[in-house]
Amino acid sequence: MDNIKIEGTAKTPSVSFDREKGELTIGGRSIPENSIDFYKPLLEWLDRYALEPAPLTVVNMRLEYFNTSSSKCILDVFKKLESIKKSGKDITVKWHYEEDDEDMLEAGEDYDAIIDIDFVMVESPV
Amino acid sequence: MTEIQEVFDLYDSMERKNIMLSFKGDMSTDLLTSILQLIENKLDRFGESPKIKRRMFNILVECLQNLYHHIDAPPRTLDGKQRASVIVMIAKNLNGYSIITGNYVLNDNAEALKKRLEEINGMTAEEVKQLYKSVLADGKMSDKGGGGLGMIDIARKSGGKLDYGFIPFDDGSTFFSLNVKVKQD
Repeated sequence: MDNIKIEGTAKTPSVSFDREKGELTIGGRSIPENSIDFYKPLLEWLDRYALEPAPLTVVNMRLEYFNTSSSKCILDVFKKLESIKKSGKDITVKWHYEEDDEDMLEAGEDYDAIIDIDFVMVESPV
Repeated sequence: MTEIQEVFDLYDSMERKNIMLSFKGDMSTDLLTSILQLIENKLDRFGESPKIKRRMFNILVECLQNLYHHIDAPPRTLDGKQRASVIVMIAKNLNGYSIITGNYVLNDNAEALKKRLEEINGMTAEEVKQLYKSVLADGKMSDKGGGGLGMIDIARKSGGKLDYGFIPFDDGSTFFSLNVKVKQD
């Protein structure tokens, strides 16, 4: 299977999914009107990845903004990762937020509470 | 035809209310992107804090995308013309900003919307946060993708009560207006 490498735009995030390394990164802005269109290929990739995942998958979430339309899709991404974890593989999610961005920190805490993966909250300077 | 005096009155009224941006018409994805960009640039020029810039941007995205997704054309109109256009106004106040939107909704949808807004306004900030989490977690997805999170998110991020109104238009539709205040800390 191919890796995913997508450049970010004003409304959609940059995405880098590397199967060999087990490194998944989503960054930037995720505010498309129709987020399902954008996330569907990512979720399909994760379904294939789940068949032969790396022993350790490291997920870096470096979002600047995301809309509520994306929030459900992001939850779906985490649900796929949660089932990979249940199959016995290790998953680390690093949730990055800018210093003082309480809203982004809280958003990460929301997912952390819903999903059975321990999130690492990473504060970065503005 | 619009008289020059009317143009001036409109301008003058907007000027006195510190309207930074005003738009009436169809909401498209391109326009949505342009409004976001324009307001982001203005907030930069005003030297606003990262916090208020983020809040404004987040709330504005939800407000504009609500207009984009949930616009209902009234089934009948007075003059047979389409009245599906929306209004957006962004104003600067002494202690922050106001994002004002207006659009038609079908009466049935207006009832559901009213109930949801009353429910949200009756909650504490902590309860709004919990509601967001439970709606997000229940996994249901509307065909628009949001699953009813938009209004909850707007309330959560603005941190205040939502100011709104409904004006009956005809048998089938209602004009809905929302005024979200984004306060400086």
